[in-house]
Amino acid sequence: MDRIAGIINLDHEQDLLDELTYFRCGAAVPFGGRYRMIDFAISNMANSRIESIAVFARRKYRSLMDHLEQGKAWDLDRRSGGLFILPPDWNDPTDISRGDLQHFHNNMDFINRARADYILVSGSQNICNINFQDVLEEHKATNADVTVIYKDVDELYPEHRLAHKLSIDEQNRVLDIHNDQKNTKVYMDMYLVEKNYMNELIEASIAHGHSHFFLEGIKGRLQEMNVHAYEYKGTHALVNSIESYFRNSRKLLDREEHDGLFKEDSPILTKVKNEAPAKYLQDSDVKNTLVANGCLIHGHVEDSILFRGVKIGKGAVVKNSIIMQRCEVEDNAVLENVIIDKDCKITGGRTFIGAPEKPYVLAKRKSM
Amino acid sequence: MKQKECVAMLLAGGQGTRLKSLTKQIAKPAVYFGGKYRIIDFPLSNCTNSGIDTVGVLTQYEPLILNDYIGIGSSWDLDRKFGGVSVLPPYMQADGGDWYKGTANAIYRNIKFLNQYEPEHVLILSGDHIYKMDYEEMLDYHKTTEADATISVLEVPWADASRFGIMNTNESGRIVDFDEKPAYPLNNLASMGVYIFKWDVLKQYLIEDEQDPNSSHDFGKDIIPAFLNDQKRMMAYTFKGYWKDVGTVDSLWEANMDLLSENPELNLNDYSWQIYSKNPNQPAQYIAPTAYVRNALINEGCRIHGTVDTSVIFYGVHMEDSALVKDSVIMPNVKIGKNVKIYRSLIAEGSVIEDNTVIGNPEPDSDITLHAEEGSVMATNYAVTN
Repeated sequence: MDRIAGIINLDHEQDLLDELTYFRCGAAVPFGGRYRMIDFAISNMANSRIESIAVFARRKYRSLMDHLEQGKAWDLDRRSGGLFILPPDWNDPTDISRGDLQHFHNNMDFINRARADYILVSGSQNICNINFQDVLEEHKATNADVTVIYKDVDELYPEHRLAHKLSIDEQNRVLDIHNDQKNTKVYMDMYLVEKNYMNELIEASIAHGHSHFFLEGIKGRLQEMNVHAYEYKGTHALVNSIESYFRNSRKLLDREEHDGLFKEDSPILTKVKNEAPAKYLQDSDVKNTLVANGCLIHGHVEDSILFRGVKIGKGAVVKNSIIMQRCEVEDNAVLENVIIDKDCKITGGRTFIGAPEKPYVLAKRKSM
Repeated sequence: MKQKECVAMLLAGGQGTRLKSLTKQIAKPAVYFGGKYRIIDFPLSNCTNSGIDTVGVLTQYEPLILNDYIGIGSSWDLDRKFGGVSVLPPYMQADGGDWYKGTANAIYRNIKFLNQYEPEHVLILSGDHIYKMDYEEMLDYHKTTEADATISVLEVPWADASRFGIMNTNESGRIVDFDEKPAYPLNNLASMGVYIFKWDVLKQYLIEDEQDPNSSHDFGKDIIPAFLNDQKRMMAYTFKGYWKDVGTVDSLWEANMDLLSENPELNLNDYSWQIYSKNPNQPAQYIAPTAYVRNALINEGCRIHGTVDTSVIFYGVHMEDSALVKDSVIMPNVKIGKNVKIYRSLIAEGSVIEDNTVIGNPEPDSDITLHAEEGSVMATNYAVTN
């Protein structure tokens, strides 16, 4: 078996989720009732037998590190390999690398030491359930220098505007990577490359004074190399705005979408919390909702997602909303089209109603 | 020199025949409880929360699942360099081997394990009770009263007293007499099966008891009467709070139902005294538009399309449209088909209930039905063999 090592590159990812990224990076944003965005990238790697994973973190990574610990939740607390969180602190006066190339350059040790022949690089904004061993197989079969992964989406949403698209020929060779707003082949910010070749690419990019490894080192040299496009056909969500976060979260209430993401043979894993099972009281009324453990529900909840340890008071009504960890919605409060970050408290009788297409967002630890 | 003040010994070898087919393939302490736990989570979590970091778990009957579940103890923070949790099955010695003959014999045969830690005190626990207890408080009481042995007791309803070991104490709390299941109890202080002994004293008695051919090598029947006989200083420590022996199908069902009251005596959401368990990584539970859920505990990984009323549902349970679960406990990964009706039942792990099946008796106060691989049976249809 050929071994793959993983890099989760958060270096170039911007914190676009407004209130949800005030205090944390996008990768650490809670998603799907009990996960963080980064859980999908790590679980996909772990399920694809990637045993060495580096996380390139740049900013607001306190909660990210707290979440990842030593990688125990993904079985990555290993003697050799495992999970490495690599923040950007490095003071080498001779270092001329810039941008995310700095991260690659400064962590060549990780790449060189990893017991792997291939490197899979991924971001954290593309939510999916993918097997990277399948990608490697196709990579080898097509003799590619680099394999990039894309999703051919049924419908283009605003979040796709920010993503790169691929133009490919009949052999799935990438001809161009661009921002054409009509192209539905959305690049998923994931690529696979042979380790030694990657080393060369990094060196060459730095020598040319580049600052962004993928955009300049790979996209900029498409003509010179064989870049192959791998099509991912499963459930996919790109989350890079509040609007896309809200819409894609609620997509999980659809059985097919849900099952496409949460599979028994390739489960999405996350840090374990010791919460009791969710408790529904006498007068509770819950419909079409995802509920995590530790919740105490007296009131009415529909078309919503409740994270762990949420309390919904008597007579409270929650519709079409996302309520994060340990929030308290007191008696008779009414919430509709809202996203409430962790540890918030909505006092009794209050009403907050956002627009269905633009939810009202409440930042962490607010009391209203 | 390193040593531990107090080491816990958890008796987890019991077969639990009164739990019928639930314990056909697993030891009683591994039986499921409360939507996500196993019974043994309670004493193990109590140990961790009480600051006791060295626990020997004595196993014997069907240990596979129990061993696997305990692992290196990381679920309870008991993966320690010195101490932590050790699983202690019976073993062979130069002069042969034998099963544990009784609770006292089980401890006797692990004297070497205990000697490693040179403990001053030994805490003896059983693995079949549901309760939250600070053993440290009991240990403090044991130390301040300079007891040779301290037995934790609680006040049970007088009507039930004859089912328990009853302690008769003097004004200072010293135990003067012990009646095992007395027909006419003199008081209602029942033993909870939680003991703390001075280790050097207990060790002596265990060695003597082992040499007594007439002994049944049991704490309740032999060791404690011997302590009393010799007028050793034995104190009763009164525990206040929820405690339940879940040794029968009825009591296991009842203890699950107890969790459903609005403010249950046993609070599982108390962050200052968490009950830890091995967590299967499952997505959040899905409550469908067709579902109706009230008065229930439901765990992650469930999909509920039907009606759940006054029930406890473990992880991975899938329930189809127009199914009804009422006054029941559904153990992990059970699949419940369309139009199924389940009343007053315990459904064992992994059961598949086909469409249109009806299980259990909806009449209030009727017997609890246990449904396992062999099919459903009324709790009382089994002869009580224990």
